Amino acid sequence: MEKTRTRSEHPLNDLLRTDRIPHIWCPGCGIGTAFSSCLVAVKAAGLDLRKTVMVSGIGCSGRGAGYTKLDSYHTTHGRAIPFATGMKLANPELNVVVFSGDGDLFAIGGNHFIHAARRNVDLTVVCVNNLNYGMTGGQAAATTPSMAKTTTTPLGNPEPPFNLPLLAFAAGATYVARWTILHTRDLTKSIEEALTRRGFSFVEVLAPCPTGYGRRNREKPLDSLKIYQERTITRNGANPAEVTLDFHRGITLGKFVDLERPTFLDAYEKVCSLTQ
Amino acid sequence: MKPAVLTGEHFITGDVACAEGALAAGCRFFAGYPITPATEIAEHMASRLPHVCGTFIQMEDEIAAMAAVLGASNAGVKSMTATSGPGFSLIMENLGLGICTETPCVVVNVQRAGPSTGLPTLGAQGDMMQARWGSHGHYEIITLAPSSPQELFYQTITAFNMSETYRLPVLIMTDEVTGHLSERVVIPEPGAIQLQTRPVPKGRKDRFKPFQPGPNGVAPMGIAGGGYGLHVTGLTHDERGYPCMNPETQAEMLDRLTGKIRRNLKDILLTESYRLDDADIALVSYGVSSRSSLAAVDEARQAGIKAGLLRLITVWPFPEERIRELSRKVKCLVTVEINLGQIHLEVQRCSEGRIPVCLVGHAGGTVISPDTIVDRLKGLLQSLHA
Repeated sequence: MEKTRTRSEHPLNDLLRTDRIPHIWCPGCGIGTAFSSCLVAVKAAGLDLRKTVMVSGIGCSGRGAGYTKLDSYHTTHGRAIPFATGMKLANPELNVVVFSGDGDLFAIGGNHFIHAARRNVDLTVVCVNNLNYGMTGGQAAATTPSMAKTTTTPLGNPEPPFNLPLLAFAAGATYVARWTILHTRDLTKSIEEALTRRGFSFVEVLAPCPTGYGRRNREKPLDSLKIYQERTITRNGANPAEVTLDFHRGITLGKFVDLERPTFLDAYEKVCSLTQ
Repeated sequence: MKPAVLTGEHFITGDVACAEGALAAGCRFFAGYPITPATEIAEHMASRLPHVCGTFIQMEDEIAAMAAVLGASNAGVKSMTATSGPGFSLIMENLGLGICTETPCVVVNVQRAGPSTGLPTLGAQGDMMQARWGSHGHYEIITLAPSSPQELFYQTITAFNMSETYRLPVLIMTDEVTGHLSERVVIPEPGAIQLQTRPVPKGRKDRFKPFQPGPNGVAPMGIAGGGYGLHVTGLTHDERGYPCMNPETQAEMLDRLTGKIRRNLKDILLTESYRLDDADIALVSYGVSSRSSLAAVDEARQAGIKAGLLRLITVWPFPEERIRELSRKVKCLVTVEINLGQIHLEVQRCSEGRIPVCLVGHAGGTVISPDTIVDRLKGLLQSLHA
């Protein structure tokens, strides 16, 4: 009896606001998987949960903060990173995780992303990349593949997408990885690793958006998962410049960057010591 | 290491006095972006914060600066940013987040003439309505308008105290002239400065509702890492902080956000009266223009005009009752401000058509001289008698 009860409880109950379930994510959406990987990683990393904060921006992934029992902050569109920056600098004891989407972090929030990476603020940024703006109904994002159809590119997207790992690396991120929601073990391990690293860590998670993106590009959730299975190759240490997303020829996954350099707070402390 | 409160007499600019006021108020986090004529506040904070275990960060823009200020305040540290016209526009987005999430902080606007890039090096008071309504949605805000470096010192402390007491961003609307003006500033002993801190939650942490108002309408504030398992969102939320998408919760939340200000007006509204007792004409002014107005009152009195001055220290919420009362006593109200009529609209509204309300103002770029005001009063007196 005792065993049954234990089993019937969700293993992440202690980190979930169960009174806010059901969540808003659609059937077939990948955010839930990315979110749960993130929470499993937070537990596995052995962090003091009372001192661990989740910050989100706006959008479907941005709702993440609302479903965790961690101290959580749901901010404005694109501004999760500067908000998290202020939080981390004001209380360096906090472990600050930013969980948000590609539209939020790389279009409206793109400038904040590159500057936080350059400063090497000690944050862990998990970006669910579903290739479009899901919350507003499937518009083109800075990550939408060329010629893909969205509601704002009905005939095909004339713009090329960002290669997020390259952008993160070029801006100065000290940990950069990419996984998909099919690769949950690798993903969870990677987020766990990112959480234990000092400095600006970035994990991109590819996830299907059947309602916004899939419908218009004839890609059902299962098709996305098949692509993640059949057209991906894991190459740890691959040159970020060579991991441009190409859903036809193949997608490179893995940990691309893992290095150390002084964080903003290390450097600021050094500056402050000059006052003595 | 220098102390946080530089007790003594100083000859400093308004911008520096503002920064010193912030430090004396316990501000230990500043995020900003360079912009004339507010840059000196950031520069001074950059040089002083390392001495008091505080943190300064120059962000990539004012949007980020305001976001960082909110993040820092939610981590429990008194925080501030300072800007001017174009930067003030960028701050508006996260000012709304600060209001909705009831996050204490201080935002300084050293006003320059606009619109757009305008006159970066020359003063104006053209952002007063933006201060009131610049972020979207309906809300209440507290705005103070200092008129000298000494006042910038004290009002920055008052701004922090009010922001902590009522849990919201408080605006200081100064201007280029006051910001760049060097004057004598007396900084008292630390013990003589009264400081307020945000209401702290009591009782069981697992039962804490982060947006349940206390007796004065203000909810005690939990901070990140405090063990409360907080959820804080810019979405319309209930007392638990949970998003609730319906008109009832929206009404309750707005009642909370506006009520905590409306119900404490007695403590929030600060004004000063000068020679109003027997006045026929009352000037209504604030900030640097109230200095010109003060001189004009004395000059007018010498010329036989019974003028007086109501100086607004708190501009928002607007001291409606005070203006209403004044409009029953005097024959004419004159708003003096460096714009083409912003606070003037409020003075008109609150005088309810009882008496004539005139404006002495211009488009910005220089102060209003006392002579201009006196000339106008002379003309007014003639038309009143006619």
